[in-house]
Amino acid sequence: MFRASATLGLRRAAWGLAQLAFPFVVVAIAWEAFAILGPFPPRLFPRLDVIGSTFVRLIATGILPLHALDTILRLAAGFALGGVVGVVVGMLMGRHRWAEDLLVPVVSVGNPIPGLAYAPLFVLWFGLGNLPAVLLVGFSATFPVIVNTWTGVKAVKDIWIRAAQVMGAADRQLFRKVVLPGALPYVLTGLRLGLARAWRVLIAVEMLTSVSVGLGWLIFGAREFMNTDVMLAGIAVIGIVGLALEKLVFERIEQFTVVRWGMMQR
Amino acid sequence: MDQIELRAVSFEYTANGRRVLALSDVAFGVGVSEFVCVVGRSGCGKTTLLNILAGFLTPTKGEVLMDGKTLHGRGLDRGVVFQDFAQLFPWRTAQRNVEFGLEMKGVPRDERAATARRFLTLVGLDKFTGAYPHELSGGMQQRVAIARALAYNPSVLLMDEPFAALDALTREDMQRLLADVWRETKKTVVYVTHNVAEAVYLADRIVIMTPHPGTVKSQITVTLRRPRDPLSIEFLEYQKRVVADL
Ligand SMILES: Nc1ncnc2c1ncn2[C@@H]1O[C@H](COP(=O)(O)OP(=O)(O)O)[C@@H](O)[C@H]1O
Ligand SMILES: [Mg+2]
Repeated sequence: MFRASATLGLRRAAWGLAQLAFPFVVVAIAWEAFAILGPFPPRLFPRLDVIGSTFVRLIATGILPLHALDTILRLAAGFALGGVVGVVVGMLMGRHRWAEDLLVPVVSVGNPIPGLAYAPLFVLWFGLGNLPAVLLVGFSATFPVIVNTWTGVKAVKDIWIRAAQVMGAADRQLFRKVVLPGALPYVLTGLRLGLARAWRVLIAVEMLTSVSVGLGWLIFGAREFMNTDVMLAGIAVIGIVGLALEKLVFERIEQFTVVRWGMMQR
Repeated sequence: MDQIELRAVSFEYTANGRRVLALSDVAFGVGVSEFVCVVGRSGCGKTTLLNILAGFLTPTKGEVLMDGKTLHGRGLDRGVVFQDFAQLFPWRTAQRNVEFGLEMKGVPRDERAATARRFLTLVGLDKFTGAYPHELSGGMQQRVAIARALAYNPSVLLMDEPFAALDALTREDMQRLLADVWRETKKTVVYVTHNVAEAVYLADRIVIMTPHPGTVKSQITVTLRRPRDPLSIEFLEYQKRVVADL
C-alpha cells in the first residue's frame, strides 16, 4: 500500500518534470535542425554540444562565475539604491499631498523612458567603469518602485487606518504598523518590476561603459573573435540568474508574506 | 448619572457644495453598563451618530458628554466594531490583531499575548489564535474584531451593524455570543442596527430614529428577562412596538 503510493508519487513527479522540460526539448531540436540545415556556418551558429561544452569549460575555469559575480554585485548595488530611493519617494508621494503634486508629473514622464537612453549622459557625467553602471541601474529600477509604492500607499484601506486610530495608534505607529504592511503587495510588485528593469539595463550598460569584468562585457567582447559559443553561454547564465532571482528571492518573499496573509493569490 | 450624554447633537455633511443634514437635535443618554440599540432605516444617520461617538466626526451643533466631560476626538475609553469584515489587519494573526490596542498602549509582550488569548477564548476562538483573517469565516472575523475592541479595556463598546453581512443562522449565534460577552464584561454598549429583532434581543433600551433629517422618534425600554426567547409572545409584542415607530 505504502510502496504503491510511493511509486505513484514518483511517477507523478516524473510526469511533472517531463511537462516542464518539453518546451525546452522542442526549442533544442529546432536549434539543432537549424544549426545543421540552416544557412549559417558552425562558427556563427554553433550546435548545442559545442555551447554545452563551452559552458562547462567556462564554468570549470572560473571565467563565467567571475563575470557573473561582478555583474550580480553591480546589480545588487544598483538595485538596492533604486529600491530604497523608490520606496522612500513612493511613500512620500502616498503620504504627502505636496510630494504627490510635485512628483507625479516628473515620474509619469520619466517612467516610460528606457533607462538605456541615459547611458551616454551617465558616461559623460560619471566616467567609465562601475559608477555610471550602478547609478544607471539604480535610476532605471527606481521608477516602477516609486509608482507601485505610491499606488500601494493609496490602496491602504481606510478602515484599517480608522481601526488603528480607534486603538490609539499615533502617526508613526500608523505608518509602521498599518501603512507599510498594507502597501506591501504593491511594493513587492514594484520591486519585482524594478529588478527586471535593472537586470536588463545592466547587461546593456556593461557593453557601453567598458567595465572590465561582467556578463555584458563578456558577451560583447566575444564578438571580436566570433566566439558565438561564449556569447550563448553568457546569455544562458543571464537567463538562469534572472530566473533564480525570480523564483528563489521574490516568490519566497511573497510566499512568506502577502500570499500567507491572503493579500495576493498565487 | 449617564456615562454618555448626547445634547442636541446635529450634524451636517457638506459634499461638493451640497449640504445634507444627517442628524438634527439628537438627544439621549446611555447609562453605565447599559446596552442601548439605535434602530432606524438606512440613511437615518446611525453611522454618523456612531462616528461622532467614536470621535471621527465632531457635531456641527450640540455636544456629547462622556463621564460628564465634553467629548473631544478619539480615545481609548471607547472600542469600535465596524460592519466591514475587512477591519482586521490581514497581515496579523487573530491573536496579533487582538494585541494591537495593547501594543499601542505599550503593554509588554507576554502580558499582551495572555490578554489577547483570554479575550479570544471569551469569543470562543481559543483554537484559532494563530490563524490569519483570510483563513476565518465572516462570523469568526467579527468575533476577532469584538475581542480586539475589548482587549484594551475600554469602558464603552460602539458597534455599527457588526452582524448585518452575516447569514441568518450565524447572525443568531453571534447575537447570543454578544449577549454572553456583555454579561461577562459589563461594558456600556451603543449598538447600531436596522434589524428590529436583533435590537429587541440585545437591548436594555431601544432608541428609534427616523430619517431626513435623522431624529430620535421614541425610546423603548425592554424589560424582558435574559436570555430572551425570540419566539415568545412578549418578544413579538416588543418587535411590533418598535416597527410601529419606525
Ligand atoms: N460622507 C458623507 N457625505 C455626505 N453625505 C453623507 C455622508 N455620509 C452620510 N451622508 C448622508 O447622511 C445621511 C445619514 O447617513 P448614515 O449616517 O450613513 O446613515 P445610516 O448609517 O443610518 O444608513 C444619509 O442621508 C447620507 O446620504
Ligand atoms: Mg450605516
